Amino acid sequence: MVESDLSTIWVYLSATPLLGLTITLVAYSLAYRLYIYANSNPLLNPVLTAVILLITLLLVTETSYETYFEGGQFVHFLLGPATVALAVPLYQQCSKLRKLFIPIAIAIISGVIIGAFSSISIAWFLGASIETQLSLAPKSVTTPVAMGISEIVGGIPSLTAILVVITGIIGAVIGTKLFELMHIKDDTVKGIAMGITAHGIGTARAFQISSEMGAFSGLAMALSAFASAVILPWLLNLAGMLN
Amino acid sequence: MNFLNGITLLLIYQLVGEVSVLLLRIPVPGPVMGMVMLFLTLAFRGRSTESLDSVSSALLSHLSLLFVPAGVGIIVHFDRIIDEWLAISAALVLSTIITMAATVVIMKGANRLFLNRDKKDG
Repeated sequence: MVESDLSTIWVYLSATPLLGLTITLVAYSLAYRLYIYANSNPLLNPVLTAVILLITLLLVTETSYETYFEGGQFVHFLLGPATVALAVPLYQQCSKLRKLFIPIAIAIISGVIIGAFSSISIAWFLGASIETQLSLAPKSVTTPVAMGISEIVGGIPSLTAILVVITGIIGAVIGTKLFELMHIKDDTVKGIAMGITAHGIGTARAFQISSEMGAFSGLAMALSAFASAVILPWLLNLAGMLN
Repeated sequence: MNFLNGITLLLIYQLVGEVSVLLLRIPVPGPVMGMVMLFLTLAFRGRSTESLDSVSSALLSHLSLLFVPAGVGIIVHFDRIIDEWLAISAALVLSTIITMAATVVIMKGANRLFLNRDKKDG
């Protein structure tokens, strides 16, 4: 009796976006608490933990991603306005941006090209399919932009979305260690490298190190998103990867 | 009300961005176009507004949350990822390290070349 009541409730709930939205927020806040509790250990990146929690939940309850995404899309949708919102920190760093414009522009353009072509060639060398290679190309670009680029160049946007998230996590996890090994102390340089490579997830990590690093990471993420959107389709076309 | 003004403004810029990308057939995602337009507006006006500042910092401080639903999408691509796991993981890890290290080196080099401010980095 109780069981059939529960399953009726489950059937009802799984048909509304409420459940997907709520579990996304609950999973993230649990993951975030765990992360803070572990003294911001980069291995416990909240995105990673939340994704693992949610996937486990979906597999256990045999819920499809489409059903989950009915609710998840409300969070996902905010990536668009968040991209537009990047104009604000960009504007706040305007004077610094103007001063460092040439070095930043050089770093961003080369970072975009190196990021795309290193991932494509490694994947190609190890025998990945062409769709996977193209989906990897915008892996360092913030999700909504990366998905747009992936669609334009003939990758699989939803695969790109995952690759972007994993790239962000890798960047956030290894970034500080790598900068330490390379003896980089300048927060401006660290922030730019973080933003170009690991977009929003790296930027979230950069803000924990210093607000200057965070601002520059956000700036690099915004500029490289724009640069990638302009350069990558054109460059991949030039390289003969698109038909 | 402040929050409402800020989010409305962001959505308007996103919408205008999406529409202009479609109309002008530029291969740039709509939100990026919206970001550029908002940036130009702010630069032209010479100041931001309080509501815009508070909404953007609220959205950007929870930026990593927004990646979660897309990340869960890995579930749809399990088969492909298992088939090509070596190529995908090697490409992601190595390329992330290469990109990060290369941008650091290039940024430092460019700073030295254009600004002579390398003393700080030793």
